[in-house]
Amino acid sequence: MFFLIFKRFVLGLITLFIVSLITFIGVEILPGDACTSYLEREAFGEALAACIKRLGLDVPAHERYLSWAFNVIQGDFGYSLSGQMQINEVLGPRIKNSLVLASAAIIIGIPLALILGIITALWRDKMPDIIISTVAIFSMTIPEFISATLLILIVAIWLEWLPGIVIVPTDVTFFELLPNIILPVIAIAMIMTAHMARMVRSSVIQVMASDYIQMAILKGVPYWKMVFKHVLPNALLPAINVVALTIAWLLGGVVVTEVVFNYPGLGRLVIESISNRDLPVVQALGIILASIYVSINFIADLLTLMLNPRLKTLQTRK
Amino acid sequence: MKTNIQEIKDLSIGFKSQKGKQISILRNITTNIRKGETVGIVGESGSGKSTLALAMMGYIKQGLFTTGGECLFKSQNLLSLNNKELEDIRGRKIAMIPQNAGQALTPNLKIGYQIEEALKLHTDYSKGEREQKISELLNQVRLPSPKIMALRYPHELSGGQQQRVAVAMALAGNPELLLLDEPTTGLDVTTQAHVLELLKDIAKDTGTSMVYVSHDLGAIAQVCDRVIVMYAGEIVLEGPVRKILKEPIHPYTYGLLKSIPKLSLIGLPDSMPGSQPQPGNIGNGCSFYNRCNFSNDECKVNVPKLEYLSEMDTSVRCFNHSELISKTSEQKMKNHSQKKITIDEILDLKDVSISYAKQGIIDQFLNKVTDTNPTVKDINININKGETISLVGESGSGKSTILKSIAGLLKTKDGHIKFDKEKLLSGDLKKRNSEDLRSIQLIFQNPDESLNPNHTVEQILSQPLKLYFGLTGSKLKESIVELLEKVRLGAFYMSRYPRQLSGGEKQRIAVARAFAARPDIILCDEVTSALDVSVQAAVLDLLHKLKEELGTTYIFVSHDLAVVKAISDRVAVLYQGRLCEIGPSKDVYQFPSHPYTEVLIGAVLEPDPDIKPKLVAEDIVEEKPPEIGCSFQGRCPRIIGDKCRNETPPWQFGDNGNAIRCHIDIEELKIQQS
Repeated sequence: MFFLIFKRFVLGLITLFIVSLITFIGVEILPGDACTSYLEREAFGEALAACIKRLGLDVPAHERYLSWAFNVIQGDFGYSLSGQMQINEVLGPRIKNSLVLASAAIIIGIPLALILGIITALWRDKMPDIIISTVAIFSMTIPEFISATLLILIVAIWLEWLPGIVIVPTDVTFFELLPNIILPVIAIAMIMTAHMARMVRSSVIQVMASDYIQMAILKGVPYWKMVFKHVLPNALLPAINVVALTIAWLLGGVVVTEVVFNYPGLGRLVIESISNRDLPVVQALGIILASIYVSINFIADLLTLMLNPRLKTLQTRK
Repeated sequence: MKTNIQEIKDLSIGFKSQKGKQISILRNITTNIRKGETVGIVGESGSGKSTLALAMMGYIKQGLFTTGGECLFKSQNLLSLNNKELEDIRGRKIAMIPQNAGQALTPNLKIGYQIEEALKLHTDYSKGEREQKISELLNQVRLPSPKIMALRYPHELSGGQQQRVAVAMALAGNPELLLLDEPTTGLDVTTQAHVLELLKDIAKDTGTSMVYVSHDLGAIAQVCDRVIVMYAGEIVLEGPVRKILKEPIHPYTYGLLKSIPKLSLIGLPDSMPGSQPQPGNIGNGCSFYNRCNFSNDECKVNVPKLEYLSEMDTSVRCFNHSELISKTSEQKMKNHSQKKITIDEILDLKDVSISYAKQGIIDQFLNKVTDTNPTVKDINININKGETISLVGESGSGKSTILKSIAGLLKTKDGHIKFDKEKLLSGDLKKRNSEDLRSIQLIFQNPDESLNPNHTVEQILSQPLKLYFGLTGSKLKESIVELLEKVRLGAFYMSRYPRQLSGGEKQRIAVARAFAARPDIILCDEVTSALDVSVQAAVLDLLHKLKEELGTTYIFVSHDLAVVKAISDRVAVLYQGRLCEIGPSKDVYQFPSHPYTEVLIGAVLEPDPDIKPKLVAEDIVEEKPPEIGCSFQGRCPRIIGDKCRNETPPWQFGDNGNAIRCHIDIEELKIQQS
């Protein structure tokens, strides 16, 4: 089992390495370089020379990749052109803000998805299932930029209950941020919850139809005991990886939602730095998002390994 | 007269079709289960036997509902109880032993927990007493080291062990009635015989009534006192086991018994024409009318009633049963022309060994296999043109593995496979040319999985024809019709999808697909084990006729020794991937034979309550073949000491043409086994 974890870990690292290469090469083969694209029409003379020197663009590409990668490993992403400061300083508060947003969505979304998924499965084709499933399919199909806009229109503009867009400085404290995140969290959690609830539903239904559940019923196990002891552990196991994928996919949703709500997080930074042609920041963000993706999947694998007795013994036996 | 423990009165169960029509699965079932007796319910798939057994626990599957009648357990109608009341009866008064214990045990819970759960629900034992009881129960079902066993997860046990755990779990609540739903189907022959032995002992020791549901008349014969035969949702025959199996007075049972291949007879069994009507498609008259050889006009219009014949203590649903009373159930096999096989080698397996061990990255690079103890080793078989050779053995004997590597699906580690005397068959499927691929075709065990559900029969059959012969247009159509006729199906089957066919029809399509390539060799992987006996006999008959007609060579893999005997010219017995014995089929079944063959033959269940299986060896499951010595040393009842453990046994030749790989002198073996 240890070997398997180690293998997964190394695979994750290799993935990250490949992502870093791709982002680096991608930036490299764009016409011009970071300085010309950033400075645009002022890209000549002293300003250009200073920029090139500052970013070290005068050395060959492979050397630049190595030193960049080496710095990234040590946690230094370089210099932001548009912010005129170290990228780390730009990233810090943004990561924190996005983290608050994403974790709020996860903390609300996952338990809600589990509960809804289980309810819909146990009351399959009855009223609770029909209502919840219809709502879920609706919220799955509406893209978040539309649901976000609708939320702003209804809650912020018509009802005037909550702020419509987030107008706060990047480095706000957590409590100042809280009322502002309610709408973005709803917008993100809606799709995610709907997706996961559907997954949980089908997984529970599948387990409910299995021979061992029929056996448990015939053994005289009371209904709820059967649900908690025999059904859920087996139904939720395959759901772990789906949850991980959904969370990883949530990253994309976060980008869009942040832009709609003008939320000062990583997502908005991605859009900002692309439109500012701030290539060093784009590069840094690529690596960060990829590592989040990789680590979420790694954690999901660990959890599955730990919780599935089948996998656990398979590995230790050999 | 013993008291009844369960009375079923006029029970009907059905479902609503999509058109809103009510369709019956069980029709007016009336029967009793007496205290302390074991009753067998027999029938082919779809006869409603499992539905009946589940109804005896008050359990109706989702989508089904009772349309009439009642199920009285000690005069309490189970079908009118609510869930709470049923929970008190299930497991405590009536317990179930499921068909496939591997799937009926919850995978995330330890064996001990699952048994304790039953104890907790149905007894007042304290924690300590419960632990004691778990060990006792596991002991009772003869599982080794119960303390350790209780800590295992279901997937860590073998199939036979899982089935024993299920039995222990059912016994935990000390039930008065045990329902067994095909409890030994899917187990190896020797394991099955052992589990049946155990069930019989339990019935004797505890005095529990049992209801034993099975399609296997051999198993029924071993354990039951009384037998109920079901057909199309009705009871057609009911009576004492000896009467039912030896003097079957219902044409269905009569035909069923005749379609079972027997060890003691040579040749193919009679097959019954047609198949069981689907629920909802049953005509006005007798449900067996279409397949019956004894029917007359009355049967077509009137439904026969279940009639009790007191002199035989038997109930029968047939107008013409008296015609059958005089008929003996003596089975005559169709003696197919055992034509002499000329020595004309078509396939030569030389020193073949196959390994499932995964190569490490470095070994892969060096193209080296390090496994010193491969799954299959030292296989030397020559197969002649037009011959049917069978590979038999329990699961894990490597029989399917060998088949796969002949087909090119698995690489051989050592040795070679030669086709048509000079052509060396590559282990790599991609390196075989189209001609090699065409000449070897495969028929799989389960036609449900081997036929693409989204293709029509026409599409399925046109693929090999297009691929190998480039047929198109009317030529293609003609060939397809010809193929369908060859497998006794009409041209109107072309537009059907696999789901619109019965199990036997599907397997016929699979046979037709294999023959479409006009192959020289057809590999048959357990082709009849997913089929009902009457259908099995028909498929075996078809395979045999096609062979007579086209001179194809069959390599047949099966765990069923009787089926193998019926169809093959030669038999090779395998244990743990090593050959034990090989010889003409009529001789392998006679002594002297390899001790493993002896064990296998001894465990075969004949549908005759007076022929008992001989259990010679323990049914231990070995995970790996031994590194040195005889492959069967771990279980051999005749082991003679260190020689067996250290030296690979030599080939010895019996006077009737079979070769045996054993250290015991063949003359000595003859004396021991006679």
